This record gives sequence, C-alpha cells and structure tokens, in this order.
Amino acid sequence: MILLRYAIYRFATMLLTLLVVSALIFLIINLPPGDYLSNQITELRASGQESGVAKAEFLRHEYALDRPLWEQYMIWVGMMPGPNGFSGLIQGNFGWSFEFDRPVSDIVGESLWLTVLVNLAAVLFVYLVALPLGVLAAARSRTWVDYTSAFFGYLGLATPNFLLALILFYYGHKHLNLPIGGLMDPRFEGLPMSWDKARSILIHLIVPTFVIGTSGAAAMMQRLRANLLDELGKPYVETAIAKGMSPPRMLAKYPLRMAFNPFVADIGNLLPSMVSGSVLVSVVLGLQTIGPTLLTALKTQDQFLSGFVLMFVALLTLVGTMISDVLLVLLDPRIRYEGRDA
Amino acid sequence: MTPLLTVENLSIGFGDFEPVVRDVSFSLDPGETLALVGESGSGKTVTCRAVLRILPRNARIRSGHIALSCGGHVTDLTTLSERRMRDVRGNQVSMVFQEPMRSLSPLHRIGNQVSEVLWLHRHASESQARKTVLETFERVGFPDPERAYRSYPFELSGGMRQRAMIAMAMVAKPDLLIADEPTTALDVTTQAQVLGLIKELQQETGMGLILVTHDLGVVANMAEQVVVMHRGRVMEAGPATALLKAPAHPYTRQLFEAAPAIPDAAPCPQRPPERDLILDMKAVSKTYVLRGGPAWRPDIEVKACRGIDLHLPRGKTLAIVGESGSGKTTAARIALGAELPDPGGAVWFLPATGDPIAVHAMTRPQRMAFQREAQMVFQDPYSSLSPRMRVVDALTEPLEIHRIGTGAERRDRAAEMLRQVGLDADMLQRFPHAFSGGQRQRLSIARAMMLDPSLIVCDEPTSALDVSVQEQILSLLEDIRDRMNLSYLFISHDLAVVARIADEVAVMRQGLVVEQAPPEVLFHNPQHPYTKALIAAQPLADIDRPINLKLVALGAGSPESWPEAFRFSASVIPSLTEFEPGHKVRCHV
Repeated sequence: MILLRYAIYRFATMLLTLLVVSALIFLIINLPPGDYLSNQITELRASGQESGVAKAEFLRHEYALDRPLWEQYMIWVGMMPGPNGFSGLIQGNFGWSFEFDRPVSDIVGESLWLTVLVNLAAVLFVYLVALPLGVLAAARSRTWVDYTSAFFGYLGLATPNFLLALILFYYGHKHLNLPIGGLMDPRFEGLPMSWDKARSILIHLIVPTFVIGTSGAAAMMQRLRANLLDELGKPYVETAIAKGMSPPRMLAKYPLRMAFNPFVADIGNLLPSMVSGSVLVSVVLGLQTIGPTLLTALKTQDQFLSGFVLMFVALLTLVGTMISDVLLVLLDPRIRYEGRDA
Repeated sequence: MTPLLTVENLSIGFGDFEPVVRDVSFSLDPGETLALVGESGSGKTVTCRAVLRILPRNARIRSGHIALSCGGHVTDLTTLSERRMRDVRGNQVSMVFQEPMRSLSPLHRIGNQVSEVLWLHRHASESQARKTVLETFERVGFPDPERAYRSYPFELSGGMRQRAMIAMAMVAKPDLLIADEPTTALDVTTQAQVLGLIKELQQETGMGLILVTHDLGVVANMAEQVVVMHRGRVMEAGPATALLKAPAHPYTRQLFEAAPAIPDAAPCPQRPPERDLILDMKAVSKTYVLRGGPAWRPDIEVKACRGIDLHLPRGKTLAIVGESGSGKTTAARIALGAELPDPGGAVWFLPATGDPIAVHAMTRPQRMAFQREAQMVFQDPYSSLSPRMRVVDALTEPLEIHRIGTGAERRDRAAEMLRQVGLDADMLQRFPHAFSGGQRQRLSIARAMMLDPSLIVCDEPTSALDVSVQEQILSLLEDIRDRMNLSYLFISHDLAVVARIADEVAVMRQGLVVEQAPPEVLFHNPQHPYTKALIAAQPLADIDRPINLKLVALGAGSPESWPEAFRFSASVIPSLTEFEPGHKVRCHV
C-alpha cells in the first residue's frame, strides 16, 4: 500500500521533471544563433538557388520556426496549437528532421529499441559480473582472489573502450568467428523481427555488451567490495556468526543485503552514462544505436531530431532513477517507514 | 560435578605482537554465573569471544584449551573443526552483545532474526519456530510478542532491542550464555530490568552465564564467581562474596575505590536558598516539530522540555539526571544558547560584573561575550577533538577566535592549562590519537577552560570512560571548580556520579523535572517513584544490597502507571510543589 502510493508519487514527480528537462533541452539546443533552415536559406541565397529558398521558407513557417522561442517550445511539446493544430511530443508527433528530410520517428524508430537493447544488455552484464566478483573480492579480501580481481577490474577501467572494441573484434573474429560491426546481419535490416534476426542480433551483441559494460562493471565491483567490507566489520555480522550461521549463508543474508543499497541506487546513473558514453563505441563498432544520430543532429543544428534524442535519454535516466528508488523502498524498511508515525 | 566450561592457560595474540591475553584459566559450573571484570583493554572481551572462536581476523589462540562439557561428553573448543563449531554457536553456547542498536541487522524483521537460530539448529519449520519464538518473546517481556515479531529493530527502544537479543540467545536453550557488557549501553533503570531478566532466565533454564562487565555493581548483583582481569592477565579470582567483601589484590581494591556509590548519609541541615545566581532558567519549554512523510500528514510535535525552572548559584553545581530522551541535553543546549526556548521561556546569564545577558535573545556581540563566559565539555572525548589538529592548535583556537593575546601568550596559556588538568606541557605538539580516553577528556576540559569561563556545561563527561578514569576526571572537575570558582551545569544519567559532585539535583522524565533537591536529601528521602526507581536501579558494589526490581519496575514504567498522586498524562500535569524546604516534587497535592 505504502509502496503503491510511493510509486504513484514518484511517477508524478517524474513527469514534472520531464517537463522541466524538456524546457532546458529546448533552450540549450536553441542557444547557438540561427537554426537549420535559416542556415540553409543563407546558403541557398549565396549560391543563387532561389527556388530552394521558397521551400525552406515554407518549412520555416510550417514548423513555426518564425515564431518567438517560447511559442516554438509550446508547439514542440504540444501544449499550444501550431500551424497544424495540436501536434507535439504529447500527441506523439516527434517532428521533422531537416537533415535527413524525413520524420524523426522514421529515423530513430528501430535504433531506439536497439539502443535500449544494447544498454540493457550492458547493464545486465555490469550487474552479473560485478556482483559475484565484488562479493568474492570482499569475502576473500587481501588474498590473491582480491588482488587478481582488482587487477583485472582496473585494467578494464583504464583501457579505452574503442581500443578494447577493436581488439575484441580482431580476436573475436579470428578465433571465435564473431561478426564485425553492426548489430545484425545486413540482410535482416529493415525486415520484421524473426527467429533468425533475433539470433543474429544476439551474436552481434556480444562484443558491444562487453565493451560498453567493462568499465562500469569494474567500477561497480570496487564499490561493492568497499561497501561489503564496511558492512563485514559491523556488530550484526558477529551476531550472525555467533548464531552458528555458515559464512556463505551469513554473507548473503546480512551484509550483502546492506551493501546492496548503493548497488541498486546506481541503476539510475548507469543508464545515461552508458548511452552517452557509448556514442564513441557505437561509431567505432558501427552500431545502429541512437548515439551516432545524436552526434550528427547536434552538429547540424537539426533541432527536432536532437531534441527528441535528448528527451529520450532524459526519459531513460528518469525511468532508471524511478526504478532504483522504488527498489530501494522495497529493499530497505528504514526508507519505507520514514515519515510514518513514530 | 564436572564443570560446564574450563578455560586453561589461554593465550591470545594479534599477529606477531605480544599476547593480549596471557595464561588465563577459570572454570564455570552448570547454572553458575561468572563475571569477567576489567577495564577496556584488559582482554576480557577477547577472552569471552575465544570461547565461541569469533575473534578478530588477525587474532590467534596461541596456546591453552577451552573445554565445554555437554550432556556428559567433553569437547575441546580450541581444536574443533569450523563446521562442528557452528553447531556449538547459538545452540550450546550463545552470546549477547554490548550494543543492541548495532548488533541486529536493520533490514530484517526481529522475528526473522530470532527464528533463524531455530531454523539453523533445530531445522524447525517457519511456523514451528514462530511458535517457540513468540513464547520466548513473551518470556523476555515484550508486551505484544506478535507485534515484536513483525517489527524492525529501528522501531524498538534500546531496552527492547536488548530483550530481542536475549531472546535470540535464549531461544535454543543454550547450556552457556555469554553476555558481553549487555547493559552498558542502556539507561540505569533499563539495565536493572535487563539484568533481572537474565537472572530469572538463568534460574529457569539452569544455564551457565559468563558476564563480561566493568561495573562492580553489576557483578555484586549477578555473579557467584569473579575473575578480575588487567592487561590480559587474571589478577584475582574467586567466589563473589569473598572477593567483593575483602578484595585481596591491590588492583581489585583500586577498582572498588573508584566505583561510585550513592551515599548512605543522614540528611544534613537545610541550607538557606542561594541568592547569587549565575544562570536562571524560567519556564523553558522546547517543542520540536518532526516533519516528514507526505505533505498531507500533520506534523508531529515532540515536547523535549516542558516548563523548566532551574537556578544555578554561582560557584555551585546543578545536576540534571534522567534517562535518554528525558530532555536533559536539550535543557543544557538551551542554557548555552545553542537552541532557543519556545516563546515565553527565558534564560538569564548573570556575570559576576556587568549586566545580565538574555541568552534566549542575544545579539551578536552579546553572544561573543557570553561564549567567553560559558563553555561545554562533551560526552565522547574520542569524537569531540579533531584528529587532524595538534593539541596546541585545538587549545589555542578559542583564543584565536576571540582575538585574545599574541601567539606566544596563547601557547603559554595552553601549556599552563595542560598543567592545570594534570597533563604535561610537552604534550602540546601531539595529536589526539596519542592520548587515552581519560587524557582526551582532560584535553577537552583544558580546551573549555582556555577562555577562563565562569560557567561550564558538562554533558555526561564521564560516561564513555572506565570507572577508575571516571573517578580521576570527577576529582579533576571538583578541583578546578573550587580553585577557579566555576559553576557547573552537569548532565548525567548516573545518580552515583551526580551524588558526588552536585550541590543540587533535578531529576527529569519526559521533559519535566519530577523532583529536585540537594543530593543528600534526594538520596535519603526520595519522594517521586521515578527517583526511587533510579536509586534502586543503581547497581552497587555491595553484595548485601541487591537491586530492588519491584521499585524499579514501579517507577520506570510509563507515567500513567505511577501512583495516583504522581500520575501525569499529556493534558494533566501536576505542578512542582515544595515538599519540604529545598525539596520539590511533582505531585498532585
């Protein structure tokens, strides 16, 4: 009951935050002088192509770029009627990409889900690797297990991702016959989902997941180890041992549960840092994720496209934070009962 | 009868260093209580942990044997495999730890943590275990066992948590219970009740008990056998009666002399009321508003102090006594101007010369002037000194803030102050970690004295210290007070400490002063049930004066359960009435 109410409350604040974020994004995108179309018009005029100018002028009016900034924003979000009535993010219209001359939803469509897929796989990888290694390193602290895992952890942290990507591609292809680049075999591109396509995606995911996840996993492992070591020194651990619990069972039930809080709280931070951090990797690996698209859009001041991608990243972040907050409440009674009558 | 536990020539060391426990031997019969007595660092805790082999990581049992005799056969606990040792822990030998706050996992329900013992050792199902645990909860005095079963530790008070710990230790009916300072972190009335409970349980189950403590009062109330330890060695051992009546070893005698006691003196003639006050608190109340939770919930009001009138005569000591949560620290903070009283309350500071200062409404310059006159000595000497500041810097800092003297003069004053508190001037360049707890508290006192104040607020200055050190610090405080004509506002939960140093004692409960009198009067003729409970709960190092648990239970309960004359509720509060000259009691007339 408390949980449900909390989740609803968190959801409401999330929507509010999203609104504020949208305003900030719109403002920042429009900070540099000019926009895509006026740049284009200047260019066309300079080269004497008057016919193109008319089309650009038409688009400028069509997308309300000739209106004041705040009106543009309201129209973009969909809280004010534009030239075509209410048609903004809220109504599900993500706008027009001038650079690609296609609707934004067409461009990002598949790459949106691939982005989510790649990042979920990476987050999963981070947790699956960091959890056992971190626990092992703490339970066997100051032994060779600890030192070895720390060594590889720091190695993973220190190696540049794109370098790791290139190395893995080379050896992965040479020895394991792993595919190079892309997120699926080119022949499946644009085709509807099928068993073969899913398989192809999975095989292509192996290297990117590893590359994007390594540094996160290394950092997470060290954090978990440190937290767990702190917890292991606490009196309740002694109580548990004095009860006659076996060390693995004791470790899993008490200190690990306590050390889990920061672990869970990290979900929210992990998602955005991976999305933005994986841009370079995506370029190097040729992944059809949203990262490279964002890069182009920002460079060419393609404002609706970049605005949408940034909103999407913000949404991922907020959803991640919300998930971790709700999980924390679920995990820790002290947070759950806070504010209840004493 | 074969002894239940035999410890022979036990030596324990950390790493390659000198052993911290050397050649310790003792034995314990079934159903008997053995007290391991000593100050911090004496090795008593390490010794008792060695029985369960839950030593710190780098500690090793160097030599000796620990033999446990159970059901006719004897096991050597020092050589038992780790796997078989787990069957002993919590099952045949269980343990109660010092800090109930931190010894329970905050994330698991109490019922779960206690039932776990039965799941582990009896392979009981969840419902079987639950039944036994609920019975045990009832036995250890939870008013609502079902509710306790569902509670998380942070929902319970310290006393209740310690009861939960005891329930956890008792639920598998062990042959031996080891209690490591089980009551040190508790209020004196709670301590008395918990000790009483342990004793009853022991009589019911016939288990052996090893009680680790530094408090001879606890020993006198609980133990049949006593082992006195000092620096890892046994100084003296024997039956409690003989040892407590005639301690043979000089170290034991020293411990005895240091143990504070409530005087047994006849009331002395009434003194005329003092007129020359230094601090005058009038109708001071403090209400805290707890915000939190969703906005639609009303805020919770906590009344920390309710209508306190206290007067501290110049050169005297006024003590405020009460359990944690009684409002005594809030009162002290208000007296120092660290908190503002609710509107209507007034705190006046009256310096020997010059105008009175209204502490509840000070301007900035007034506050600076007031701070030179009023200083504080804190409870925990380990955390109240910055570990990164040399002694000389910590001591001269107040002078720097108030821009007094040149650098050389400040250093001279610091050296002088160190001598005043019994330390050496060449310790000035050291860092606090190079000092023991008692020495650190001397440093805190020296720091408080640097500005030459006339009023010092002492907030439980000795409760973190060993008995013998406590004795030295109290002597020092008395000495300084008389030498420099200081006035103390002394906060404590320990009546015996207060009995020694105070000229006037105010007993507080739930934000109210319930009784106020000079200590001789208060201890000889206590009127209020809560005061009586406090006095009765004080464990005395005298085996012929055991704790009267009935008196404790009567007064330490909720104010609604007090006799009608003293009863108070949220709405009806009796006023503080003069029972005899200089002796005020809160009761209905």
